[in-house]
Amino acid sequence: MFSSKVRFFAPLVALAIGISSCGDNNQASNNSSPAADGGATPATNTATGSNLSGKVQIDGSSTVYPISEAMAEEFQKANPGVRVTVASSGTGGGFKKFCAGETDISNASRPIKPEEVELCKKGNIEYIELPIAYDGLSVVVNPQNNFASCLKVDELKRMWEPAAQGKVSQWNQINPKFPAQKIGLYGPGTDSGTYDYFTQAVIGKEGESRGDYTASEDDNTLVQGVSADPGGIAFFGYAYYENNKEKLKLVGIDGGKGCIQPSPQTIADGTYQPLARPEFIYIKKTAATRPEVKAFVDFNYAPANQKLVSEVGYVPLPSDILTEVQTRFSSGKVGSVFEGEGSQVGVTLKDLLKKEN
Amino acid sequence: MTSNPLSNQPSNSKLWQPNRALSKSVETGVKTLFALFAFVSVITTIGIVLTLIFETVEFFQEVSIWRFLTDTQWTPLFTNQQFGIMVLISATLLTSVIAIAVALPLGLLAAICLSEYAPAKLRKWLKPALEVLAGVPTVVFGYFALFTVTPFLQTFIPGMQGFNALSAGLVLGVSIIPLVASLSEDALYSVPRSLREGAYALGSTKRETIISVVLPAALSGIVASFILAISRAIGETMILTIAAGQNPQLGFNPLVPIQTMTAYIVQVSKGDTPAGSLAYKTIFAVGMTLFLITLTLNIFSYWFVRRFREKYE
Repeated sequence: MFSSKVRFFAPLVALAIGISSCGDNNQASNNSSPAADGGATPATNTATGSNLSGKVQIDGSSTVYPISEAMAEEFQKANPGVRVTVASSGTGGGFKKFCAGETDISNASRPIKPEEVELCKKGNIEYIELPIAYDGLSVVVNPQNNFASCLKVDELKRMWEPAAQGKVSQWNQINPKFPAQKIGLYGPGTDSGTYDYFTQAVIGKEGESRGDYTASEDDNTLVQGVSADPGGIAFFGYAYYENNKEKLKLVGIDGGKGCIQPSPQTIADGTYQPLARPEFIYIKKTAATRPEVKAFVDFNYAPANQKLVSEVGYVPLPSDILTEVQTRFSSGKVGSVFEGEGSQVGVTLKDLLKKEN
Repeated sequence: MTSNPLSNQPSNSKLWQPNRALSKSVETGVKTLFALFAFVSVITTIGIVLTLIFETVEFFQEVSIWRFLTDTQWTPLFTNQQFGIMVLISATLLTSVIAIAVALPLGLLAAICLSEYAPAKLRKWLKPALEVLAGVPTVVFGYFALFTVTPFLQTFIPGMQGFNALSAGLVLGVSIIPLVASLSEDALYSVPRSLREGAYALGSTKRETIISVVLPAALSGIVASFILAISRAIGETMILTIAAGQNPQLGFNPLVPIQTMTAYIVQVSKGDTPAGSLAYKTIFAVGMTLFLITLTLNIFSYWFVRRFREKYE
């Protein structure tokens, strides 16, 4: 009888929250007149103005989520008639919905995989692939941890590889200089593009890791886990470190050329290897012709809006690449430059530029 | 002028005839409607059980029951797939035992206080207040465990991790106190006054009366409330998903993150495991295990109540 009460109230509460938040959104967008916004918010860089209406549906990577969220917020201020919904069910989860035709744009923290190319073909979905930002997949430990300030890729591998399952549980098993403290492993789940990329870059095979760690698609859960566990270690997008700096300690990664910590600088110049990686958005070809979707995508690549990308903690694309990307979008070139091979390690901005050409 | 009401008066019966037919048809209509509602719940139950059985059978065609029961690792979503349900069962048992260690004594004591010691006026207010606690959504309890109880416990328990079975179990216990208290109190309160008066007449104190007369008399109801609470602890989801972590490891250490059966089902359904894959079928196998455990408990409780019910008057 009690559980039934809870079950009865929970949806009501959720509904109430949902309604109130919708109300807030509408109010916010109604209050801000487009003319007044022109000075305060970045220009849309489109000639369409704010008489657009419709809906843009976005889902996918939780790593790209903060960018889309920030873009959507500003975009809706300038275009009160357009509703942009952003969800984050992981890169894999996003592609599943995208290829089923449920979403207009799919965020991805790795290039599309062969299975997903196949899935989209089946669903008759053609897509335009565009890089959106650069991220340094960050490895973090608890602030009390004073020994692991730098880890070799090989050490990470010994910690996370499938063979470590049930066997590697102490820090001194990774490096004899480390204390005999319990390792608490926290990482994204198997639906995550960050997981795919990390396993590809560190273990050498996409999607292979040990299974006995705290896995969550919610990066905030991982932040919470490491910040409360003295022996904890986790990995996720740089933005989540940037937003929780005081609770976490960043680990430098030695990929063979000494210890390098991720920062906007090392991510942009490609020295943070092998964990620096491009982030993508995939736009449904048929949706790209809709004015509200086109306006939103253009908004994402307007040079004035790139500061939103750095505000949420990622490295924006340099202006020459921005131009390339815009050309690619307006020409409507479909398919993936990575030929649907999934995660690619060591792709720097320069490589990307070459591939985009 | 006859005053016999049984004597038939044709004019009257004719007058009532049409109305009776209407009431009869309304009666049948209402009966069918209610039967339909009852039927819907039965059909739903049957549907759930059948779905569980079909998917579980498919699962066991790929993974042997022996492997399911004896493996010591649980990693169906990863490349090195292991299906040791004991890992999840141990976690569920651990949190349930902690929860019950909190809920049973506190719940029972609260029930005794409410039923035997509290004045009627106070009882009228206390009982609904206790039931309000049961209306708190479990997500709220989950975040309470994660952000309040765990940091507090960490100040004096060294080596306690951010996600752990202990604080989740404690808060889970608190969340089921109202269930135990309310149902036990009903059982205690329904023990007839004459029994208590008999005990007093024999010279018992109030404590003696409660311990040797009232509690034994209400035993079946109290045990039923305990078993319901245990079922609830085993099936509880949100608190454990939020505060106990999602790390399947075998053992009974309450200070490390664990993954219970329910938390695993949440993890898989929240992600996008393709329908029909082996990993997808595991949630039905886990669901079936969960269902069997709570079903056994409920059957036991049903039997116990029947067997030990004391009937008065």
